[in-house]
Order: sequence, then C-alpha cells, then structure tokens
Amino acid sequence: MISANTAHSVVEPSPGTRRFAGSLVILYAVITMIPLVWLGLTSFKSPDDAISYPPKVLFEPSLEGYCNLFTTRSRQTPEFIQTLGPAQGLCDSITRDRNMVVAGPSNYVPRFINSLIIAFGSTVLAVALGTLSAYGFSRFRVPLKDDLLFFILSTRMMPPIAVAIPIYLMYRSIGLSDTRLGMILLYTSVNVSLAVWLLKGFIDEIPREYEEAAMIDGYTRFQAFVKVVLPQATTGIAATAIFCLIFAWNEYAFAVLLTSGNAQTAPPFIPIIIGEGGQDWPAVAAGTTLFLVPIVVFTVLLRKHLLRGITFGAVRK
Amino acid sequence: MNDLSASSRIAYQATLVQPGVVRRIRGLSDKALAWLFITPTIVLLLAINIFPLVWTIYLSFTNYRANRANVPIKWLGIDWYQSILTDPDIWAAMQVTAHFVIWTVIIETVLGFGLAFLIDKKFRGHGLWTTIILLPMMLSPAVVGNFWTFLYHPQIGLFNYVVAFFTGRDASSFQMLGDVTLSPWAIVIVDAWMWTPYVMLICLAGLRSIPDYIYEAAEVDRASKWRQFWSITLPMALPFIMLAVLFRGIENFKMFDMVNLLTGGGPGSTTEVASITLKRAAFESWRTGYSSAFAIILFVTVFGLANIYVKALNRVKSR
Repeated sequence: MISANTAHSVVEPSPGTRRFAGSLVILYAVITMIPLVWLGLTSFKSPDDAISYPPKVLFEPSLEGYCNLFTTRSRQTPEFIQTLGPAQGLCDSITRDRNMVVAGPSNYVPRFINSLIIAFGSTVLAVALGTLSAYGFSRFRVPLKDDLLFFILSTRMMPPIAVAIPIYLMYRSIGLSDTRLGMILLYTSVNVSLAVWLLKGFIDEIPREYEEAAMIDGYTRFQAFVKVVLPQATTGIAATAIFCLIFAWNEYAFAVLLTSGNAQTAPPFIPIIIGEGGQDWPAVAAGTTLFLVPIVVFTVLLRKHLLRGITFGAVRK
Repeated sequence: MNDLSASSRIAYQATLVQPGVVRRIRGLSDKALAWLFITPTIVLLLAINIFPLVWTIYLSFTNYRANRANVPIKWLGIDWYQSILTDPDIWAAMQVTAHFVIWTVIIETVLGFGLAFLIDKKFRGHGLWTTIILLPMMLSPAVVGNFWTFLYHPQIGLFNYVVAFFTGRDASSFQMLGDVTLSPWAIVIVDAWMWTPYVMLICLAGLRSIPDYIYEAAEVDRASKWRQFWSITLPMALPFIMLAVLFRGIENFKMFDMVNLLTGGGPGSTTEVASITLKRAAFESWRTGYSSAFAIILFVTVFGLANIYVKALNRVKSR
C-alpha cells in the first residue's frame, strides 16, 4: 500500500500543488463568470436599478425586463388608465405603474420561433446529409477522397461576409431572400462540413466486422448501414446534431445581412430591443438570458464531446 | 430516398437468385451506394458555396452594383484588385485585423495553456470548474458582444466600475469603446474572454496525451520539474497548441459578429477589421464588384491558412 503510493507520487502532483492549482483555476472561473452572472442579474432589475451607479449587486427583483421583452407599450395619461378595468396579470400592472398600457406582443417570440425552426431544420438536413456522406467516405473507396474531404472542409473557411455577397444576389433573383427555407439551406451548407468531418470520425470507430457479419447473414449493404451502423453511431450523431444546432442558433453574420423581417432570427433582433430613451437594458438582458439558457444546457450535456466538436474531429481524446 | 430503397430492394432480390450474381450486384451497389450517399452533400455545397464563389469571381472583374441592377455591366479586368492592393484604407484594415489576430492569439494561448496546465493537476472538482470555464465559448458572440457594450458603458458599466475601483481613477474618465487607443483592446478583451477556454480545451487534450511513464523515467534520471516542463511537457503538447493557434488565427481573421456589435468598426475606423470593411463596401456603399474582389483576396488568404491547418492537423493525427 505505502510502496504503491510512493510509486505514484513521482508523477502525481502533491496535495499542496493541487490546492494551489485549484484555487487559481477557480479564481479564473469566477472572474470569467461575472459577465454572465451580471447578465442574469440585470434581467431581473428594474430599469432604474440597471443603470444606477455604482452598479447594484443587491436590488429588489423585478420582472419588468421580461414584461418589456414580450410586449410593446404605449404611454397614456393616468386619467385614461383609471378608466380601464382592473389590470390583467402581472405585466399589465407593472406597465400601468409606469403610466403605460400594453399595446401588443413584441417581435421577440416570432424571432425566437424563427431561430428554432431554422436551427432545427438546418440541423436535421445537415446531420442526414452528413451521416450518409460520412458513411460513404468511411467505408468505400471514393476517388479523390482526400480532395473531396478537404473541399468540404474548405467551404467552412470562407469569411461569412464574402459568402453573403453572392448569396444575397442569388437569393434575391430566385425569391429566397428573407425566407426560412433560404436560411435553412444556407446553414445546412455551412453545417454539413462539420457534420461530415465529425461523423466520419465516429463511424471510423465502429468496426467494419459488424456490418460484414450482418451482410454474411443476408443483409444488403444498405440494410447493414441502417440496422447495424446507425444504432452504433447514435451518440456521435447526437453530439454532431447538438454542434450543428449551436452553430445555427448562434449565427449572426448571415442572419443580419440576409434577413430583415419574416425570417429574422433572435441574434440580430436582440441588440435592437429599445425602450424609451435608448436601450432597455433589463429587456435586452432578459432576451439574452432566455436565448442563452438552451446553450448552457447543451454545453453541459455535450461536455465529453466538446473537444472533438470544436476541432472538427481532429483531436478525439 | 426512393432511389435508396429501390437499390436495396434490387440487391435484396438478388440475394434470392444466385450467389455469383449476388456478388456482382453487391459490388456494383457498393459503388453506387457510395456515390448515392456522397452526391447530395456535394450538390448542396456546389449550389450554395461553389456557384456563388464562381459568381463572386466573375463580379470582381466588373463594375456591377447590387443596388443598380439595371446598369449595363462593364468588364473591368483586374482594376479592382489593383486598386485594393494599393489602397491605404485596405492596408489600415489589414493592420487592425493583424493587431486583433496577433494579440488575441497570444493572450488566449498563454492563458489557455496556463489554465490547462493547472487543470491537469486534477484538483478536487476540476471537472465541474472546467465545464464552467468552457461556457463563454459556446454562447452567441453577437448576443454576448452586445451585452458587453453595457459592461463597457463609461457611466453605468460594471467593467469601468471595477477598473475604477482597483486603479482609483474616475470610472467615466475612460471609454473602452469610444477611445481610439482603448477600443482595439476592448475587442481583444472580449475575444480573449470568449475563446481562452477553446485553447484551454485543446491544450488539455495535449497534456493528457503525454503518458505518465515519460515523467517517471525523467524522475528516475533526476530531471528537475522545470527541466521536465521544457523538455517533455511543452514539446509534446506543442502540436496541440499549434492546432489551437491556427484555428483561432483563422477564426479571428474572419471575425465579424462580435466586433460589429461592440464597435461597428469605430470609433472612426480604429477597430475596422477586414470583415467590417467588406461589409461596409458590400452592403452599405453597394460597391459589389469592388467588394467581390476584396472577398476573393480574403478568401485566398484564408485558404492559404487552411492548407497549413490541414497539414498540421494531419501531423497531430499521425502521432
């Protein structure tokens, strides 16, 4: 027992070293979290608390930011507000305290739904195309395989603005400007390169013997792919799908240049949320927080595969 | 989809006929299947990436303007390329880009490697803290960049307050986003905040790939910890560090979203990285031909970097 310990202590850091390393890392983590914590706090502040100086850490929580995020309001005289019936719901009464009435829903929900549709649509397409291609590249002798794979990767290397110029002209002439379909196709083309590279790595790890055994049992190659390879690749496909989803969810450059209304996603919309007299920071923070929460959840789910995803499968462990 | 099931049906029926025929059809269907599987991806990329690229190349030789589509197109040859490569504004943008890329890469590499080195000591709870550190890089650069304008606000921003608190200066005496000397650093700070975890994660993989027995052998030879770091740790993690540097270099060379929302290229053009210049030319002045030529120049530059990247990637893989 003791000898085993000393044998290890040659390489294992001492407890003191560990504590020192740990406290430095935790210090960094705490500093790096401050902007995000501040974001969450701001979303629950009243507008006055949000812009007070010195910045307030302790404050009375308010849902005004979230109310302002989801509604548009118009200013009215107190006399007019008196004539209205009792306030319906929390947002109504918060708004009336500011001498305003709710005029209608804001555009946040439609933009959020656009983000959902475009992100999920492009992810499904990219992962479907990517799985097929990845299997093709992994198992068959494809002429010019390395060149094709490099070509697929290189499409990801183009600066988005450079791609946006001709896409803008092309979409304008075929009627895909500011449509969800146009954005889905565009994000699919960007994501498919990631999907092919990641999934090829995952499928390479599945032994060929499984399919060969299935084919000896009378399966065709396609049946073996569906019934043997796909179930084995489920984890890889799920991880790839989440990476595609995150990219499409976070994308801004194409969205801001190619969409203006119908198909606009949340990232170009959130920065232009304004209240009376400038940016309504609690509402912006509320919109940002709601937009980021799904990604935080996915990051925690993905933590084992993050490395692979961000390096296009170049580094696996 | 119909084609797929048709081909599998043919192959399936073939299995019922004769072994010799089966082998031949299966061999054929393998090749057919390979193309069937790969073609849709290639077609999509040709339609959405390559066709537009070819179109951009064509436009870069013309005087086309997207907001005046009816004006007859005139062939200009390489005029735009000549004027771009001799334009001092373009070179100024390239210098801004270079400043941004070089400093972010240096800061992120030093901090990222340092963090990875510390996390590799496997203190208690390192998994949880690693996940927390990774969060910023997964978030939307645009949406987060927008929130940083609030943190950088000279009167009410938390960043200015904290700096004022520690330096004793007046918080509203400096403007991170409005000052010509500070704004290039403001975008570097936000980028480093977001992407240090990225470098950290890749470096951590590099450190974990070093087998224990090498350190054990070094201990037997009584090499100091310092010596072990310079002779074992750093050289063996180097391919991973290089990979992270190249990835960050390429990504930051293309940087648009975060900078567009933080400063929009301002004040003046002090933070106008290449992508912002391109956006201004293409979507604000509508000089489509000119901006196409600039886009091609940028693309060729990134493509050169990508080639280096793939070579490095293969070297890492072959280890």
